[in-house]
Amino acid sequence: MADQPLLRLENLTLHFRTGKGTVKAVDGVNFDLDYKQAVVVLGESGCGKSSLAKAILRLLPRNVETYGGKVYLEGQELMSLTDEEYRKQVRWVRMSMVPQAAMNALNPVLKVGDQVAEPMIVHHNVSREQALEQAAKMFQHVGVPADFIDRYAFELSGGMRQRVAIAMALVTAPSLIILDEPTSALDVITQANIFNVLKRIKKELEISFILITHDIATSSELADRVAVMYAGQIVEVGDAMTFFQEPYHPYSRMLMASVPRMRSNQEPEFIVGQPPSLLDLPAGCRFAARCPLRFEKCAEEPPVFQKDGHLVKCWKYA
Amino acid sequence: MTAEKTTTPLLQVKDLHVWFELRRWGFSHAGYVKAVDGVTFNLDYGESIAVVGESGCGKSSLMRTILGINKPTSGQVLFEGRDLTRFSRAEWQSYRAKVGYVQQDPFGALPPFMNIQQILEEPLIVHGIKDAAERERRVRKAMEEVRLTPADDFIQKFPHMLSGGQQQRVVIARAIILEPKIVVADEPVSMLDASVRVEILKLLRGLQQAHNLAVIYVTHDLSTVRYFSERVFVMYAGNTVEKAPIDSLLQNPLHPYSNALLDATSDPDANNALTYRELPPGEPPSLVNPPAGCRFHPRCPKAIRGLCDVEKPAEFEPENGHQTACWLYKA
Repeated sequence: MADQPLLRLENLTLHFRTGKGTVKAVDGVNFDLDYKQAVVVLGESGCGKSSLAKAILRLLPRNVETYGGKVYLEGQELMSLTDEEYRKQVRWVRMSMVPQAAMNALNPVLKVGDQVAEPMIVHHNVSREQALEQAAKMFQHVGVPADFIDRYAFELSGGMRQRVAIAMALVTAPSLIILDEPTSALDVITQANIFNVLKRIKKELEISFILITHDIATSSELADRVAVMYAGQIVEVGDAMTFFQEPYHPYSRMLMASVPRMRSNQEPEFIVGQPPSLLDLPAGCRFAARCPLRFEKCAEEPPVFQKDGHLVKCWKYA
Repeated sequence: MTAEKTTTPLLQVKDLHVWFELRRWGFSHAGYVKAVDGVTFNLDYGESIAVVGESGCGKSSLMRTILGINKPTSGQVLFEGRDLTRFSRAEWQSYRAKVGYVQQDPFGALPPFMNIQQILEEPLIVHGIKDAAERERRVRKAMEEVRLTPADDFIQKFPHMLSGGQQQRVVIARAIILEPKIVVADEPVSMLDASVRVEILKLLRGLQQAHNLAVIYVTHDLSTVRYFSERVFVMYAGNTVEKAPIDSLLQNPLHPYSNALLDATSDPDANNALTYRELPPGEPPSLVNPPAGCRFHPRCPKAIRGLCDVEKPAEFEPENGHQTACWLYKA
């Protein structure tokens, strides 16, 4: 138990079948997540980061072509569970999620308190009263006033609705929550407030987070570790302290350089070109076409190299 | 200021109020949403300003009024000294060729059933350019300017075939194709990826300088403003609370709300995860029934009781060219 990670992904793969061919949204992802840790998955839109969340939680659409690899949660292998076992034992019991735009997906005709309490009733088989009590506790954790429990979603502001969505993920006391762009539609001050809430529950409830986002600046508010995703693969994993100062992979570097900063005069640089289509991925390194440092070796797919505690998928670090 | 007729600013907004009436049961009066409540500023030829504020602060209503989509409740918008509300039909048409609009969501702003050529040609047809060859020449020139090159690769494509960044380039090309004097860019990059954002902002900046365009950049993201504008207005609940050159706002924000906005904006730094951010409590007020006095006073850490909650602050200028509507700076 001691040196077992909370979550381990081994060669996790999720391919979709479409009219135009196979979309390799998640293509061999490996990484570990420790207890009480927050890892940020950074990437541009269309790099497969939301699909990664779905692959971890096994929330799959119908057009899945390949779903493979291994997911270990607290040492238990999850891929061998049937869908029904997975639903009963894992999803929302030990791992939950705040999906993208969750705040706009609340049920308009149910009180938010009942919506937050529902997972308790379903998974822990408690009475409505007990579940509502638990929901009230969660409301306190996320900073929603107690009397909001009887309100409807349309009576709440965006920030409050997002807090309700987080409470819904928290209510069953899972050990891991996946947050998919939790603040992208919110204002700056509300955004900062939500991150304060997340920091607090991480500390108080000892929960791990996977934060999926394209917003590099705000992701640093929560990150212990950073994983950078590009074209379906993780290209770098590293400690937040060193990553935000100096990432190793050329793509991470360019991504960091593209962030406009308020507190420095550094001119942001943009990355020329576009990520490859997940329908038609190039052989070799997938970033090679846009990489200023490419050399002959890049025509072969790079393995993952260790460099000062970072895992980097780039031939430069061979 | 003396009235100099020779140097009329391109656009003047004078004590503008834009209120929307609320109705109960569809007819009885139920108050107003005071979306813009007393905004004054000038915009010069070739100048680029940014309007910063949270959603619901009235920045979009202000822009829509400048574009002539909303009517002012009171106050004036003057374009080259002429009042928008007194425009004749012909004047409106020529005005619409002089203001370009870059929408927030490029995909939503482009008609899905028209290809790029048709989209870019449309304003030219509406504004009476009958020669098809001339239209095509201008379409290609606009595509060139927004770097949708080679034009042949794009001209027959439909919006859904383009990436978000390319779609936004089409929107920009459409906004500048009539060679306007003002471009209103309403959160032009908020829907785009970080790596494309800077590219689009630099493109807009380049166009602004090359054509001596006046640009109003509306955003909620302070970190992008410095790459774009010389002057910034901070709006809160329908009022402008601070007007300043960008550097003095970033280094020395005067209004407590601007301070809060700056504090809430993060730069990528791992140390952010170690501390909590200090933020004002609560949320922006309802615009139907805004608080008396300064609209920020219920959330303001420095509010002076008996003054801020009673009397609306006047505009003070503690530094040259840096104004704020806050009682703390009463001389």
